[in-house]
Amino acid sequence: MKFEGTASYVATDDLQMAVNAAVTLERPLLIKGEPGTGKTLLAEEVARALGMPLIQWHIKSTTRAQQGLYEYDAVSRLRDSQLGNDVDDIGRYIHRGKLWQAFTADQRPVLLIDEIDKADIEFPNDLLLELDRMEFHVYETGETVQARHRPVIIITSNNEKELPDAFLRRCFFHFIRFPDRETMKRIVRVHYPGIQESLVQEALEVFFEVRDIPGLRKRPSTSELIDWLKLLMSDDIPEDILRNRNQGRAIPPLYGALLKNEQDVQLLERLAFMHRRESRSN
Amino acid sequence: MLVNFFQCLKAHGVPVSVREHMDLLAALDANIAFADEEQFYYLARTALVKDEKHFDRFDRALKAFWTGLESVEGLIEALIPEEWLRQEFVKQLSDAEKAKIKSLGGLEELIARFRERLAEQEGRHAGGSKWIGTGGTSPFGHGGYHPGGIRIGGEGRHGRAVKVWEKREYRNLDDSVEIGTRNIKIALRRLRRFAREGAAEELDLDDTIRSTARNAGLLDIRMVPERHNAVKVLIFFDVGGSMNAHVQTCEELFSAVRSEFKHLEYFYFHNFLYESVWRDNRRRYNEGVSTLDVLHRYGRDYKVVFVGDASMSPWEIVYPGGSVEHHNAEPGQAWMARLREAFDKVAWINPVPRAHWDYTESIGLVRRLVDDRMYPLTVKGLEEAMTWLGK
Repeated sequence: MKFEGTASYVATDDLQMAVNAAVTLERPLLIKGEPGTGKTLLAEEVARALGMPLIQWHIKSTTRAQQGLYEYDAVSRLRDSQLGNDVDDIGRYIHRGKLWQAFTADQRPVLLIDEIDKADIEFPNDLLLELDRMEFHVYETGETVQARHRPVIIITSNNEKELPDAFLRRCFFHFIRFPDRETMKRIVRVHYPGIQESLVQEALEVFFEVRDIPGLRKRPSTSELIDWLKLLMSDDIPEDILRNRNQGRAIPPLYGALLKNEQDVQLLERLAFMHRRESRSN
Repeated sequence: MLVNFFQCLKAHGVPVSVREHMDLLAALDANIAFADEEQFYYLARTALVKDEKHFDRFDRALKAFWTGLESVEGLIEALIPEEWLRQEFVKQLSDAEKAKIKSLGGLEELIARFRERLAEQEGRHAGGSKWIGTGGTSPFGHGGYHPGGIRIGGEGRHGRAVKVWEKREYRNLDDSVEIGTRNIKIALRRLRRFAREGAAEELDLDDTIRSTARNAGLLDIRMVPERHNAVKVLIFFDVGGSMNAHVQTCEELFSAVRSEFKHLEYFYFHNFLYESVWRDNRRRYNEGVSTLDVLHRYGRDYKVVFVGDASMSPWEIVYPGGSVEHHNAEPGQAWMARLREAFDKVAWINPVPRAHWDYTESIGLVRRLVDDRMYPLTVKGLEEAMTWLGK
């Protein structure tokens, strides 16, 4: 059972190593990297490649660790008791969280804890024991939930907050680097197998050029390149427009897919203007 | 069992623990990587390093490990042959001598002379009273004594150097000094004022009982907004120059601060606030942030904390062009005044003990500029600062 990327996901050697180590040693894998480099996607692809079910837990700023285990709905139990219903079975008022689901799954699942840095700073600390021993105690019913199979846990973070050391020590860590040109070509080919080589070549050129502009607030990432290529293909933009960008048309067509910030677009336009002026005076 | 490797990582400052080392051994035992340097590298990195900011250190450590080079110091010394600036002795000067040296003119003359002498001089020099070198009484060089001297290379001994003639690699302030900062954390916690805002989420027990009773016993749930940490902080760190001695203390505060607030923006400056600050210490020379941008971007409700020793030549604050490393068109005090206008709460935390404040002219100046909101870097001082910021 080895993860080597999938038909729709290019995994570099170091990423494969990180995933395989985490799967084999049953340790959570913490993934960081620029936005749009496929952190969240990784869990889906690992689940697909290894034939495991995927359980996703998306973290928000209000998420608490307890919600991942279970929630006890005391309010409905109280209401039911007032309406005269039978409320002896506490278990009926306990809603299972994602971790519980993952622990009791029939088959070893992949559990994605997405954007863990969004939550409160205490959140990772509250999960230490659960992730370590893969078990927790339900106080209301007195039962202990133990993992039948230790799930493959993939945690993503966008670096909005520092994670506590105690938590980090329990994880494996991988930082997804921004792909280089060769990897990028492989990624594009995986997504658009029929795309013309020349179009990819030109588009990548423009793409890395835009990424290199100093001062961009949000540099375009892999997912933006994929979207942009899709637009270019559907619009049937002839590749020579891309190629002739230096002759007075410095703004790439459909740039809206690449730049998501109006300041960045303005910056690009200003650069294009300066470029035009330069080429005219030459 | 790779103990040497572990030691080597430790020596290079990669924060590794025994637990992580065991993980690596277990992974090797499970045959995840076998007899392949590159595979081993990936595996070791994924198991041992938990933050991309340590990747560089890890890479250097691994390289050193493979080549058998044991310490970073060796590497650095091999790279920088600065031997004619190395300190050999420190000269103890009498008061009379000190007075004699003071005869040299102002800042501009000093710079002009420095250029002149640098051109004249060839080779290493130590201990004299004219040439650029170490330990002497010439105003140029380091380790010596001159009331308004220029420092070149090495460490300043008397904390009064005027011009730093070197672009040193300021390392980014490491926020890894977690242990031992517990007491500072307690003080910083003062800042976490819990403002009640956000979505309805918590059960308000009192109100629920009251309204249930009013409802003739039929349950009526009342909720109140959950507490949120709403404190926003801008923090400015002084790096380099006379702060070198205090960087350790500063780092501890920094690591404590990182995890305390919801909104925390940090910037670096050198000695005093001028038209630009920077976010990444390594790229400070090409990626400055305009101070005006900082003033405009963040709202009045941000609390501003400076961490710096405020020890410098007075002209670095008062005159245009007084900055130690660039030409500033406006004096530092103008920028400080602007910042005071843009934010309600500004505090300056000073690692220099309070008892010494009166002996440095610039500290007095800064204190006046921040309305005497200067606090020493002690738990008590921090508590005072936080209480004031939180008011």
